[in-house]
Parts: sequence; structure tokens; C-alpha cells
Amino acid sequence: MSAVIDSHGQAHDHHGGGYGGIMRWITTTNHKDIGTLYLWFSFIMFMTGGAMAMVIRAELFEPGLQFVNPDFFNQLTTMHGLIMVFGAIMPAFVGFANWQIPMMIGAPDMAFARMNNWSFWLLPFAASMLMLSFFMPGGAPGVGWTLYAPLTVQMGMGMDLTIFAIHLLGMSSIMGSINIITTILNMRAPGMTLMRMPLFCWTWLITAYMLLAAMPVFAGAVTMTLTDRHFGTSFFNAAGGGDPVLYQHIFWFFGHPEVYIIALPAFGVISQVIPAFSRKPLFGYASMVYATSAIAILSFMVWAHHMYTVGMPVTGQLFFMYATMLIAAPTGVKVFNWVATMWRGSLSFETPMLFACGFLFLFTLGGFTGLVLALVPVDIQLQDTYYVVAHFHYVMVAGALFSAFAGIYFWLPKWTGRMYDETLGKWHFWLSMIFFNMIFFVQHFLGLAGMPRRIPDYPLMFETWNKISSIGAFGFGLTQLLFLYIVLKAIRSGEKAPQRPWEGADSIDWTMIPTPAPYHTFETPPVIK
Amino acid sequence: MAQTATSATRQQHYHVPQPMPWPIMGSTALFLMALGATFVFNGSMGGWVSTSLGFMILLYMMYRWFGDVIRESEGGKYGRWEDLSFRWGMSWFIFSEVMFFAGFFGALFWARAMSVPDLSSLLSNELLWPGFKNLWPSAGPGFAEKFTPMGAWGIPAINTLLLLSSGVTLTIAHWGLVNNKRGQLNLFLFLTIALGVTFLGLQIFEYGHAYSELNLKLSTGVYGSTFFMLTGFHGFHVTIGAIMLTVMLFRCLSGHFKPDHHFAFEAVAWYWHFVDVVWLLLFILVYWL
Repeated sequence: MSAVIDSHGQAHDHHGGGYGGIMRWITTTNHKDIGTLYLWFSFIMFMTGGAMAMVIRAELFEPGLQFVNPDFFNQLTTMHGLIMVFGAIMPAFVGFANWQIPMMIGAPDMAFARMNNWSFWLLPFAASMLMLSFFMPGGAPGVGWTLYAPLTVQMGMGMDLTIFAIHLLGMSSIMGSINIITTILNMRAPGMTLMRMPLFCWTWLITAYMLLAAMPVFAGAVTMTLTDRHFGTSFFNAAGGGDPVLYQHIFWFFGHPEVYIIALPAFGVISQVIPAFSRKPLFGYASMVYATSAIAILSFMVWAHHMYTVGMPVTGQLFFMYATMLIAAPTGVKVFNWVATMWRGSLSFETPMLFACGFLFLFTLGGFTGLVLALVPVDIQLQDTYYVVAHFHYVMVAGALFSAFAGIYFWLPKWTGRMYDETLGKWHFWLSMIFFNMIFFVQHFLGLAGMPRRIPDYPLMFETWNKISSIGAFGFGLTQLLFLYIVLKAIRSGEKAPQRPWEGADSIDWTMIPTPAPYHTFETPPVIK
Repeated sequence: MAQTATSATRQQHYHVPQPMPWPIMGSTALFLMALGATFVFNGSMGGWVSTSLGFMILLYMMYRWFGDVIRESEGGKYGRWEDLSFRWGMSWFIFSEVMFFAGFFGALFWARAMSVPDLSSLLSNELLWPGFKNLWPSAGPGFAEKFTPMGAWGIPAINTLLLLSSGVTLTIAHWGLVNNKRGQLNLFLFLTIALGVTFLGLQIFEYGHAYSELNLKLSTGVYGSTFFMLTGFHGFHVTIGAIMLTVMLFRCLSGHFKPDHHFAFEAVAWYWHFVDVVWLLLFILVYWL
């Protein structure tokens, strides 16, 4: 991507402000540059976390211990989770936000362009700290990405690096969110009222609010872990009057909204893609906005459904069970609206639309298994089994990752001025779809049969499904190399994109900005009629 | 909201700043500080080198970055449109700070309403901690020493008065700025800082008193943990606020700010009032009740 943007730079010579080469990328205040940085960083992290998943699946290919010892296996599952959530998925959507929000609302850039740079440049340092923890005495923390006390209190110094990495990631998220909210509230062009914004902007406005409410709480939780570890506090220590369950409450107060922090921007991308390829406006725009807001509010009231089995009063379980099931209502509104948008549309199935449809099927499936897990009596059976693993990968991979792919294919022509190879794109989709289900659909069976998550070894009876799952994982991993090839090929030698490659896409980034988007857009606000 | 955005956009050009090296310098600084702290916490005192180096880089970075922003502001680069961005930005930043404190208040609530009563009831009590009573303040069933909790009506009450007064003096200083009475501005801004610093001094004295005479320490069970972490983070915020007020004082003395253009001052005032409100909650929930 850099090659292409460099060539833009020569055409519109005022980028970089005197900085060239690598320093251009390090010092940039341009939202498009920063968006590109976010997306490439996200891809590198996706490969890193993916490599860890490959080792995990290789180890689980058959019973017994083949490749890694149990301790290292735990470190891998922990780091895989942290890296995928904070390194791969969240930055990917912030990358989209950076590229798209200013262009969609008619703003010259993000409201705080320098802070935007800092939001990104904290990430590589935080990621290095996470990776560095592998080389500390005792290795990386092997406690699961949820970082539960009291295990975290007992870990080696890799744990401290992880805690500090989370502080940096939190700073990055908070600054990024302040930037996005301010941009949306204050930088819209005249006539671009809130209710005329593309839905992607709405989902990000609400996501940013959720990040600001949730991230500081997580920072507080890991800070308590840090002081429990080194300064003798007793937040999570029963002998001192504290409680390990307290950690779980604080963590999931952040952790459940985090799920929607990841899912809402994905909904936003899908809400741009489906209307474009249905050649119809989004069905029920206003209800989409209200549903998104409802999800944001409800998601702060359901956190303890992650903790049914730690011991809580039945009234507590009932409250959290009903509140959780209530979220299905606004989510159902969304799925209904997407389907209704397609109803009697003039449909075509280019790669972005294929990924959107894949998202629709598989995310809904992940939502359904979520409802199953919301039921207290069922959850008591299924908690900490592979059923849970299957559930959240349907949401995180088929939900968030597929919509990220949809977004990349959808907006790549706008960003680079070149088309990707449609045939290869379709291959990427179908292979991802098949391999994804191979990995995770069978994990529902494993979970129902009682296979616990986060173990390197398992009884013989689980072998067949695990083999299938592992083969699917290797296939899925290789398929993503195809994705890299498709993107690089598009950037280097892709066909020149027409001004509006998707004639159904009618937001102002398509209609008012040339393709490829110049380095600076909307330097004076356009008037939206 | 739509209205404010539209009226602000009568201004045609938004100030989009040039590239600058400060953010990457800040990231490097924080990385060095965190890496050093990791080693220090685990007993390798060599980490101090990295942490101090990182801290110095951080200070330099902040000095230069804020310097740039101040220069741009005084150079007239910021109009009403940019001003509104700063207002939104500061508001949401304070919101995130509120949530940070909410986490620690949540821990206090949990200890008082859940974990301590649980430890003293039914099974926990009979099997694990016989004789442990549900009383607050509590350092937990495993804490053998005696300690005295911090009372509310000594230094904390004086501190409440100090902080509340500092809110008043700050507002008087702001009136001075708005009405272009620079003498009033400088005097009352100075008084605000003096009150803030006195607060901090008393807070340090109180900590010393707790450690040396009350046997109340950070490690005094969950009471000590919540007491020192909540008041400690608050004190840290007062320190930051006092530093920011001092910067404002120096800027005022060098003739910065106009009656209708002084958001930096207002932002610091907002922050100061936020810290004030947190203190009121602390006074009621940590010291008093």
C-alpha cells in the first residue's frame, strides 16, 4: 500500500511536511496514512496471533503432548487471545474509522490529527511488550486472555509487561475514541446531520463511547493486579478481605462491552456493504441507530453471564440471564434490517458482498449459540468447554474478521485506485468459509461432549473432531496468505478502478471524492444537500 | 449538536497540524518507563536507569508538544471550530477518568458489601475463618496486627475545605480573566495553587501519620488497599492538576489568553473541579461512612 500512497504524494506534493522515507510514516498527521498504518499493523498482528493458533492446533491434532509443553501451550492461548483482540481486530476497525469517517462526513481530517498519530504509535510498542514477555524468566503469562486473579498474581515478570502493555493499549484506545467522537460530533460538513451519516459512522460513535466507558475500568483492574503482585494490596486476596471474584466482575464489566466494541464497527461495515450490493438504501436506518444504541446500553448490564459458575445468588443469575437474552432483540432488529435490505434488491455477489453474506449466516449462528450459553442451566454444563470457544470464534472470526475482509475489498478501490482480482477474492471467501466451519463447527460437538478449553492434551474419544478442526485451521491459515497476495497484487498491478466501482454505494466518499482518494480531501467543507 | 457543528463550520478551514516527532518520542518514553518498572518491581534495580531516562524523555516531549500547541494558540491558529473540538475532547477525557475512578470505587463497594460480609458468614466463617466479624474497616481475616482506621474529621475535613475553597478561588480567577482584570486573575490563580499544594502537603502528612502511628499501610488488607489506592490516585490527579494550574499561572503572567479565547485555562478548571468532586466522594465513602 505504501507504494501507491507514495505515488499520490508526488502528485499532491504537500504531504510529509518535510519528513521523508520512514519518518513520513512515523510523524504523519494524515488520517489516511494513519489508517493505512493501523491496517498493516493489524495484519501483522493477525499473522502473529494466527501463527500461535497454528501451533495450538498442531498440538491438538492428536492426543498426547507432541510439540509444546503445557505451560507454553497456556502462554500461547493467552497471547493468541490478547493479540487477536487488541492487536488485530480492534486496530483493523480503527484503521477503517481513520480512512472512512472523515471522508464519509466531509471533514478535512480527524479532529486531533497529532493525537491520532500517537494513538497508533503506542500500538507497536505495546505489541513489542507483549511479545517481549515470552523472553522473560517464566515466559509470557499463561493465564488466559481474561487475566484472572489469583493466577495473575502468581505469574512471573512477563505478567508485569503484559499489564503495562494493556495500559498502553488502553491509552491508545482512549485517545482514539476521543478523536473519533470529537470528529463525528464537530467535523461534519454543513447539512450532514447525525441522522444522515452513513451507518458506519454511527456504529463508531457508539463504539467510541463504549471504549471510553470500559477501557479505563480494565486499566484499573490490571493496576489492582499489579499492586497485588508487588505492593502488598489485597484486592483479590481473601485473607486480606478482598476477593478473586472482584477481579472477574471488574474484568467483565469491561470484557462484555468489549465484545460489542468489536462487533459494532463490524455491523457498521456490513451496513455499508449490503445496501451497496443490493442497490437499495439500508432498510430501517433509524431503527439501526436505535438498535445500536440499545446494544451499547444493554451490554453494560450483562457482564456476569460470563461468571454464572463462580457462585452468585439465583436472583443475580436470573437478572443477567434475562438481560443477556434481551440483547437478542436489538441484534435481531439488525439482522432483520440487513435481510430486508436485500429483499427485492438488485443483488450481485462480488467479494465484499460474499463476505457480508457469510457474516450474516455465521454471525447469526454465533449469536444463537450465545443465547444458548446465556441460559444459566445450560451454561453450567457448557462453561469452559469448546462450545464456548466455538461460540466466540463465530462472533470474532466469522463476525468481526469476515466483515473486516468485506471492508477491505469494498474500500480498497477507493484507497488505492485499483481493483483486486475478483476471481481470487471469491476463492479467498469460499476457502475461508469452508475452512472456518471446519475449524469451529465441529468444536460445538467437542464442547457438548465435554472437552474443556485451554488444555494441550485430551482423551482419545475427542480425536476425530480435533483432527478435522486442526486441518481446517491449517487451511484457514494458508488461505490468509492468499489474502495478502490478493491485496499486494491489487496494489502493485491491479486494474485501474473506475470512479465508482460499486454503483450502489452512494455515501459522499464515493460520490464527492475522486477515486483513488487524494492525499487531502474536503479541505473546505462540502455542502451536503 | 447538529446546530453547534453547523454554526461552527462557518469557519472554512480547520487547522490540520503538520507532522511532528513528539508522539513517537512519547511512545518510546512510555516503553522505556514500563520496561524499567518491570525490572525494578522484580528486584533488578538497574531498571531505574530505563525508567528515569524514559521519564526525562516524556517530560521533554510534553514540554515541546504543549509548547507547539501554545504557540499555535497564541498565533491565532485556533478559531471557534477548533475550540469546540478541544471542548469535546476534554469532556470525554474527563469522562474516561470518571470511569477509571469508578473501577476503584467499585472495588471498595465490593469489599464492603460483598467480600467482607461473605467471609464472615456461614461456611466461610465456620470452616475457614472462625470468629471473623463483618465490621468495616476491615483488613480481612488473615491480618493479625492491630491498626487504626483514618478518621474523617481531622485532616480530611480540613482538606475538604481547602479543595472546595480552591474551586471558589479558581472561579474568581476565571472571572478575572473573562472581565480582563489580570491582577485578580493572577492573584486568585496563585491562591488556587497554594490551596492545592497545601492539600497535598496535608495529604502527605496524613500518610506519614497513618504509617508511623496508626499502623495503617498499603498492605493493611482490603481497607488499606482501597484507602491508599483511592486517595493515592486522587492525590496523583491533584498533583497533575496543580502542575497544570502552575503552567496556566506562568502563561497568565506572560500575558497569554484573551477574555474570549482561553480554553486551556477552562480545561484545567474543568479538570480541577472533577478532582474536587472525586474528593467529595472520597471524603464521604472512604473517610466518613
